[in-house]
Amino acid sequence: MSEVRTITMEVLRYRPERDSDPVLQSYRVPCPQEWVVLDALDYIKNNIDSSLSYRWSCHMAVCGSCGMMVNGEPMLACKTFLREMGDTVRVEPLLNFPIERDLVVVIDDFLEKLKSLKPYIIRKTEKPVEEGTYLQTKAQLKRFKQYTLCINCLLCYAACPQYALNTDFIGPSALALAHRYNLDSRDEGYAMRQEMVASHEGVWECSFVGACSEVCPKHVDPASAVQQMKITSTKDYFLRLLGGKR
Amino acid sequence: METIQTDIAIIGAGGAGLRAAIAVAEADPSLSIALISKVYPMRSHTVAAEGGAAAVARENDSLEYHFHDTVSGGDWLTDQDAVDLFVNTIPTELTRLEHWGCPWSREWDGKVAVRPFGGMKIKRTWFAADKTGFHLLHTLFQTSLKYPSIQRFDEFYSTDLLVADGRCHGVTAIEMRTGKMHAFQSKGVIICSGGGGRIFPFTTNGGIKTGDGMAMAYRVGVPLKDMEFVQYHPTGLPITGILLTEGCRGEGGYLINKDGYRYLQDYGLGPSTQEPRLKAMELGPRDRLSQAFWHEQRKGRTVKTPYGDMVYLDMRHLGEKKIDERLPFIRDLAKSYINVDPVTDPVPVRPVIHYMMGGIHTDINAATPIKGLWAAGECACVSINGANRLGSNSLGELLVFGAIAGRQAAAYARSEGREAKGDVARDRAAAANARVAEIFRRSGGKERAADLRTSMARALEEGAGIYREEESLKTCCSRISELRERYASIEIEDKSSIFNTDLIYTLELGAMLDIAETVVYGALLRTESRGAHQRLDYERRDDVNFLKHTVAYHNGSAPPRIDYLPVIITKSQPAERVYGEAAGGSVEQ
Amino acid sequence: MSRKPYIRPVPKTSWYRKHDRYKRYIIREVTCIFIGIYTAILSFGLLNLSEGQESFDLFMATLRTPGALVFHLFALAFAFYHSATWFNVTPQAMPLMKGDDFVSGSLIIRVHYAAWAAVSLVILFSVIVVGA
Repeated sequence: MSEVRTITMEVLRYRPERDSDPVLQSYRVPCPQEWVVLDALDYIKNNIDSSLSYRWSCHMAVCGSCGMMVNGEPMLACKTFLREMGDTVRVEPLLNFPIERDLVVVIDDFLEKLKSLKPYIIRKTEKPVEEGTYLQTKAQLKRFKQYTLCINCLLCYAACPQYALNTDFIGPSALALAHRYNLDSRDEGYAMRQEMVASHEGVWECSFVGACSEVCPKHVDPASAVQQMKITSTKDYFLRLLGGKR
Repeated sequence: METIQTDIAIIGAGGAGLRAAIAVAEADPSLSIALISKVYPMRSHTVAAEGGAAAVARENDSLEYHFHDTVSGGDWLTDQDAVDLFVNTIPTELTRLEHWGCPWSREWDGKVAVRPFGGMKIKRTWFAADKTGFHLLHTLFQTSLKYPSIQRFDEFYSTDLLVADGRCHGVTAIEMRTGKMHAFQSKGVIICSGGGGRIFPFTTNGGIKTGDGMAMAYRVGVPLKDMEFVQYHPTGLPITGILLTEGCRGEGGYLINKDGYRYLQDYGLGPSTQEPRLKAMELGPRDRLSQAFWHEQRKGRTVKTPYGDMVYLDMRHLGEKKIDERLPFIRDLAKSYINVDPVTDPVPVRPVIHYMMGGIHTDINAATPIKGLWAAGECACVSINGANRLGSNSLGELLVFGAIAGRQAAAYARSEGREAKGDVARDRAAAANARVAEIFRRSGGKERAADLRTSMARALEEGAGIYREEESLKTCCSRISELRERYASIEIEDKSSIFNTDLIYTLELGAMLDIAETVVYGALLRTESRGAHQRLDYERRDDVNFLKHTVAYHNGSAPPRIDYLPVIITKSQPAERVYGEAAGGSVEQ
Repeated sequence: MSRKPYIRPVPKTSWYRKHDRYKRYIIREVTCIFIGIYTAILSFGLLNLSEGQESFDLFMATLRTPGALVFHLFALAFAFYHSATWFNVTPQAMPLMKGDDFVSGSLIIRVHYAAWAAVSLVILFSVIVVGA
C-alpha cells in the first residue's frame, strides 16, 4: 500500500442531549494517500468513536448526502482528497442549516422550497403514453441539461451569503431546478412557477455573489439560472405594463 | 410509540418505491400513502446507475429478442412469464418517464437514442448520458411532489413488518431525528428497499445497501429466492469499487490484459473485431466477463497494482469528443478518484460486487406469499434476472414491477374488508419496539458492530466470490453462523436518541448477517455452475437437478431451511448460451 | 430527550470577512458608490451649464483641482473594474445558442468588450470633432 500519514481531524461535534453549543473534537487518523475526507470519518466511526454521526452513501459524488464544511469550504466529503490538505483538517456541518447532531443538518427548508416551485413537467393537456415519446432535438436538450445535473447536495446554500442572512430566500439549487423545467421543450408550466420565482423571496433576493456556482461540485451554475430568470421576469414585467402577455 | 394510519405503506423511496407511490396515487388519489425511507429519496442508490434501461424501441428489434436475450442471459433460471410481462411493459414505462421529463439522450432527429449493452442481440438501451439512474431517480422524485396523497417519511429506518394470520398490517420504523419508534398501520405494505451488496467488502453499492427489507420479509416467513446469485460487474475502479458503466464498452471500449491483449477472445467470446459486435467480446454478459478476469488472474496475465490485480478498460480510441458527450461522468470519476484520464490512458479495473439477482420471493404481480405484502426492485426476485442479470434490465425492472406493485396494492386496499387491524398491529409493533429497545439498551456486551461487519465482508469475499467450492463455502457458513451468535452480544456505545447512526448501523448489520447466510447456504447446496454462481467442484450446469429456484426460509437462530421451486418455462427451453461469433451482429445494424 | 437543532449565529455586518469570494463581491458592490458619485457630479455639471457660462466655468475649474482629478482617476478605474466583472458574467446571464450548441462564453465576453471599445471611440471622436 501507499504511504500513510497521520493527520488531525478536528470535527465539530454537537450532541443535543449534552452540549449547549457545538464543540470541536480532535482525532488522530492514519491516512493513506488515496483517502478522501469521508474515509477518515469512517475510520473514526469504526475505530475511535462510534458516536460520531454524519450522512453518506454512494462514495462517488452523486447521491449528495455528504456535503459538509471542510476547512471552511462547502465540499462533498467523498470527493475531497486529504492528500491535498495539510496535517490538520477541520470538518464542520454545512453552514446556514440548523445542526441536528454532529455533521447532520436539518434540510427540511430546502425540500419545502423545492416542492413550492413545482419541479415537474406541467402540460395543458397530457400526451397519452400510447402516442410515444416527445421529439426533443439535441439543441433543445442541451438548453436545460446542465440544470438537471443538480444532486441536491446543498453546498450552494452553505456558500450563499444571501441565504445566510435571510433564510426565506428560495435559494440557488431550487431556483435552478425551476429554471430547468421552464427551459424544457416539453414543459408548459412557466407561468405557474413564476409566482414563486418572481416573488420577494425568489430571484430578486439574489445579488449575484456567484458563490453558489463556485462551490457547485456538478457545475450546474445555479447563479446563471437565477440571472436568466431575472431577465425573463423583467421582460414579463414590462410586457405586462404594455398590456401584453408573455 | 406513535401510531400512523395509512392505506399503503411503502418501504424505500428509490426508483421502485417512488414508482410504486406514483402508481398508487394515480390509481386512486383518495388512498393515503406513507413513503418511508431511511434516506432522502434522492440519496437512494438508484442514483448510482449509469448506463441505461433496455426497452425495444427500433423497427429492427422485437419483444422476442429482448425476451430471449434476458432468458439466455439469466442462464434459463428466469421465470419466462415474468420476462414476457417485463419486455412487453418496459417500453411504455420508459415512455412515461420521458413524459415526466427524464432527459434521455437523443438522436439527431429528436428521437430517444439507444446504445448497445452486454448480451444484447439488438441495441436497445435508452440512456441519459452516463447518469441514467440519477436522472431516473430525480425525475421520479420531482414528479412525486405533485401528488398530495404521497406523504413522505424521510430518514425513518424500518425495523419490522407487522404480520399476523398470514396478513401484513403495517410496519414499524424509527424516526432517526428523534429516535422515536413509529407504527404505520396500513392495509398494504410494499417493500422497495434495494439490495444488500454491502455484505461484501468490494462493491459498487452505497453504504445504505444493507438488505434491510429483504431481512424484514425473511424474518416474518417470506422466503428469499435465489440469493446465491450475486453479480460481479466486470469494470470497477480500484480502491473504491466505483462503477464504470457497461456503456463504456457499449460505446466501443476494450478490455485488455497486461500485454495489451483483448483476452476475452480466449473465453469463447471472440472473434476480436475492431468495431464492437453485439453479444461478443466486451459486449458479452457480465458473468462471463468477470469469470474471464479470474482466469486471466490465474494465468498471471493481469496487472499487479498496490490495490490488487487489474486489467485495463481502454477507451482511448473513442476520442475526447465521444467520451465527453456519452461518458462525461466516467471521465470525471476516473480522473478524480484514480487520476487516470480515459482519453489518454487505459483505466485499471477489476470485477466488483454489483447486484443481487435474488431477493424476496414474489409472483408475477409482485406479491409475496403474505397477503397485503408486495416487493419490487432489487430487493425482490420476480424473477426476470435468473442466474445473471443483463445490464440495463434493473432500471426497467424497478419501473415495471414498482408500478405493478403499486397498482396491485391500491386495488387490494380498495377492496372490501380491508380495514387495518389495529389491535393486532399494535401487539406486533410493541414486540418490534421491545426487540429494538433490547438491542439499544443492552449493556455489558463485548462485541462491536464495526468489527463484525468487517469479518462478515471478509468471510463472504473469501468464501462466496466469483468462483466457489464446497470447502470454502462450508467455512464461510460457519463463520457467518458464528457472527450471528456474536451479534447477540453487541453493545451500542452511543446512547443518544437523536440521529443515532451507531444504532442504525447495528440494526443494518443484523439484516446483513441474515441475508448473508441465505447467500452462502444457497450457494453450498447448489452443486452446479450457472450464471453468476460458479463452482470449481461442479463446473457444469445441471438442468436435471438444479433447473429450479432456491428458496431460503428463516429458521430462528439456526441456519436457513432451504427448499426449491420450479422455474416457469413457457417458450424457451434451456439450451447452450451462445456468445461470440455465432450470436451477435454489427452494432450499427 | 427531544430534538434541539442548533442554529449558528450569522454576523449581520461582518459576514463578508469570512471568505475571499465575499470580499471580492463587496469590492464589486462598493465600486458602484464611486460610479454613483461620478454620475451625480456629471448631473451637477449639466445643472451648472443650464445656469449659464459663469457657473459652468466655475464647475470646470473645480474639476481641475487635484482632489477632483484623483477622484476621477479612481472612479475611472472602478468603472473599468465594474464593467469587467459584469462582462465576465454575461455568458451566464445571457447564454446564446447557435445550432446545437452554446456560443462560447469567451466570444460573448469579447463581443461586449468590442462594443464597449467601439462606443468609447465614437464618443471620443465626437468630442474631438465637436471640440475642434
